[in-house]
Amino acid sequence: MTKTFVNRRLHSLLGVVPIGLFLIEHLVANATAAGGPEKFNETVALINKLPFVLFLEIVFIWLPILFHAIYGVYIAFQAKNTLPRYGYFRNWMFYLQRVTGLIAFVYIAWHVWETRVQAAFGQPVDFNMMANILSSPLMVVFYVIGVLSTVFHFSNGLWSFAVSWGIAIGPRAQRHMTYVSLVVFILLSIVGLMAIFSFVTV
Amino acid sequence: MSRTITLIVTRQDSPEGRPYKETFKIPYRSNMNVISALMEIRKNPVNAEGKKVAPVVWEMSCLEEVCGACSMVINGKARQACTALIDKLGDTITLEPMSTFPVIRDLMVDRQRMFESLKKVKAWIPIDGTYDLGPGPRMPEAEREWAYELAKCMTCGVCLEVCPNVGPHSKYMGPQAVNQVRLFNTHPTGKMNAHERLEALMGDDGLEGCGNSQNCVQACPKGIPLTTSIAALNGDLTRYSMKRWMMS
Repeated sequence: MTKTFVNRRLHSLLGVVPIGLFLIEHLVANATAAGGPEKFNETVALINKLPFVLFLEIVFIWLPILFHAIYGVYIAFQAKNTLPRYGYFRNWMFYLQRVTGLIAFVYIAWHVWETRVQAAFGQPVDFNMMANILSSPLMVVFYVIGVLSTVFHFSNGLWSFAVSWGIAIGPRAQRHMTYVSLVVFILLSIVGLMAIFSFVTV
Repeated sequence: MSRTITLIVTRQDSPEGRPYKETFKIPYRSNMNVISALMEIRKNPVNAEGKKVAPVVWEMSCLEEVCGACSMVINGKARQACTALIDKLGDTITLEPMSTFPVIRDLMVDRQRMFESLKKVKAWIPIDGTYDLGPGPRMPEAEREWAYELAKCMTCGVCLEVCPNVGPHSKYMGPQAVNQVRLFNTHPTGKMNAHERLEALMGDDGLEGCGNSQNCVQACPKGIPLTTSIAALNGDLTRYSMKRWMMS
């Protein structure tokens, strides 16, 4: 059992648990903004009331994302390009998984800087913080691309998780898993976009 | 004017040489394949500019798509030259070596890395002993039936050529050797050494190198269910590594 084996499996696992679970929680929680600023501020207060919230953040969010991101970039640049020569559906998914991973890397870094890091500097996290950020149309575009890339990366990652752990083995099971990942992508995209546009006040 | 076929060949004079393209025009005959087209060049090694050049080098053996020696990239797709029919390829055909492998000369590549991988994963069944071990256990017919499909591999290298994760920046051994692990781990006698092959797949050049692009199963000329082998072994490695950790 080499380091490569352990790292690759850890990378695959962390993408689903806890990062994938956190992504779902995060998008759903932010979508409460659709109910207005008060609803969103209530959600923020609720999360901040969790005991050991900093510890939970470090262990279940920061460290897993940091490992997944850095090792993921290392994986992405191991590939040689086989497109458009071998333009099969799965090969495009392979390529997009790497592209969206890199976009998500940049987006999440910026997003954490604008929100969590600023919060550590004392800026209050509330509806106004996000409304401020998303008052620029350029930022709205950046957030839409960032969120959709992240959601794609997670949904397609669920498919490769099922294959990489030997859960979906035959072609039929893998096709079913493709449908599952597609449904997850559509549903989470709706929730994500709902969250973004709740903060956009024209 | 009789019909001619244009071949654009990516050539390389030596393993260290720089690749360059050379165009040849050859007379068309019915039922030609890429091999017979290359033989025309060998008969009359004159390029499209009328200059006499060294004949194009390639490898071939069985001429019936069971040896894998004549694999090359034809019109952008890796396949065997013997079953690539000119009538189905059009009048202008590009021929390139499979660049994932070291080029020896022109279209001839060194496929040795695949045989090294077979040694690494111990793709054989140890039956030699100091005394007669007697007959081995029988194989259920239902299993033999699908395992036979895995045995059709001719080590042609197409799956490595099309794999985005077999290349200069990755150590991954590729689908060919991985598939052989499933074949020999399914065999009732081979199963006795299954753990040794799984250990090999957990190495730095092992199965974790797979990125699930699934080009291999699309490109395999023998229709081997390579991605099923990969996913099945992923499951075996999940169970084996957990068990190994629990027992450690």
